[in-house]
Amino acid sequence: MLSKFKPAWLAIITGAVFGIFFSLLIKLGNPPNMGVCAICFLRDTAGALGLHSIDKLSYIRPEIIGFILGSTIIALATREFKVTGGSSPILRFIIGAFVTIGALVFLGCPIRMLGRIAGGDWVALEGLLGLVVGIYIGVQFLKAGFNLGRMQPLSSTSGWVMPLIAIGFLVLILTKPEFIGFGGKKHAPLVISLIAGLIVSGLAQRSRFCTIGGIRDLFLIRDNYLLQGLVALLVVAFIFNFILGQFHSGASPIAHPYFLWNFGGMFLTGLGLVMLGGCPFRQMVMSGYGNTDAGITVLGMLFGTAFAHNFRLAASPNGVPLNGKIAVLSGIVVLLMIGFTCRQVARSK
Amino acid sequence: MLKEIDVRGLSCPQPAFFTKQAIDEGHSELIVLTDDAVARDNVRRMGNNNDYEVTVRKQGDEFIIRMSKS
Repeated sequence: MLSKFKPAWLAIITGAVFGIFFSLLIKLGNPPNMGVCAICFLRDTAGALGLHSIDKLSYIRPEIIGFILGSTIIALATREFKVTGGSSPILRFIIGAFVTIGALVFLGCPIRMLGRIAGGDWVALEGLLGLVVGIYIGVQFLKAGFNLGRMQPLSSTSGWVMPLIAIGFLVLILTKPEFIGFGGKKHAPLVISLIAGLIVSGLAQRSRFCTIGGIRDLFLIRDNYLLQGLVALLVVAFIFNFILGQFHSGASPIAHPYFLWNFGGMFLTGLGLVMLGGCPFRQMVMSGYGNTDAGITVLGMLFGTAFAHNFRLAASPNGVPLNGKIAVLSGIVVLLMIGFTCRQVARSK
Repeated sequence: MLKEIDVRGLSCPQPAFFTKQAIDEGHSELIVLTDDAVARDNVRRMGNNNDYEVTVRKQGDEFIIRMSKS
């Protein structure tokens, strides 16, 4: 039984605004059916920094800067900037890396997955199925006591690392030094991408918007608050795609039709994200308001995207390379091992 | 019956999940200790959705959430 339906207006508004930007950013120059992809955009940023060597996938995405700094700004204004950390950071780094491998085999983070569906790419439903099953398995681990441990308050210095990294990215993208990549990737105008990122991040900081939570909470606590935001994103992106002539029934570019790896990649991603406690976008939002565990997760994801391209793991419209298949299967085994071995019980009287 | 749950240092979804477990166990009074604003909001909403009267008190950097059901 779901909790009584109460409109979750802030979550709905966040999802709706996200859906509008997803659609608008495609019109303004972002890649086809990729108005927003938290993981692909981290991969592009990794390329610009020289962490991988694919020239055409090298561009510091202003959306990423906005996702981190939007929440910093709102959290400071509402006194919710709180520096914490210490909950198995090294495991979060590794899980974050495996999450990106799964997503780059499917070719999209959960938000891009929703956007692909809203653009008529029905193949993305295979990924949704994998994501839901992965989340379901992750929830079973949570119910069995899986826990990465308690966070502690930390010095404010730690909490400023991610916001300052984001500011550093902004300086690089404005000054364009020759050692930073700006290779031929489709992108919307810088200012619009940045503002879009800031706005959705600020809204998400208040509403706690999270794509993974939207599905997880149905299984775990029978709550539909976050789901409403997720549905709002899907519906509004669909409407705006239709209005802007961007709805095309059938597979989108930057996608492949192999069910096993669409399912498998997102299964790995879903399982990992439940263990981490939030989707890649949510990790960036949390890293902006002082959660250093989320910060290390984002750095793990940045590393994972670079690793995926350096080791030829990432899929392409032609399909999934052998290395990618091995990596997804290995990732599932590793996450299951982490799931079975990390247990802590909450203090209770 | 009263149950006290300490979810300080735990982040989403543990606070809401442990609270839900206690609600499902039938406790009419719950005290939830948290130091996280997100957890505070999630637990408060969990209580309201399950017809508990919820009060939140701030104590330093922590929140004491009292939930009761008649």
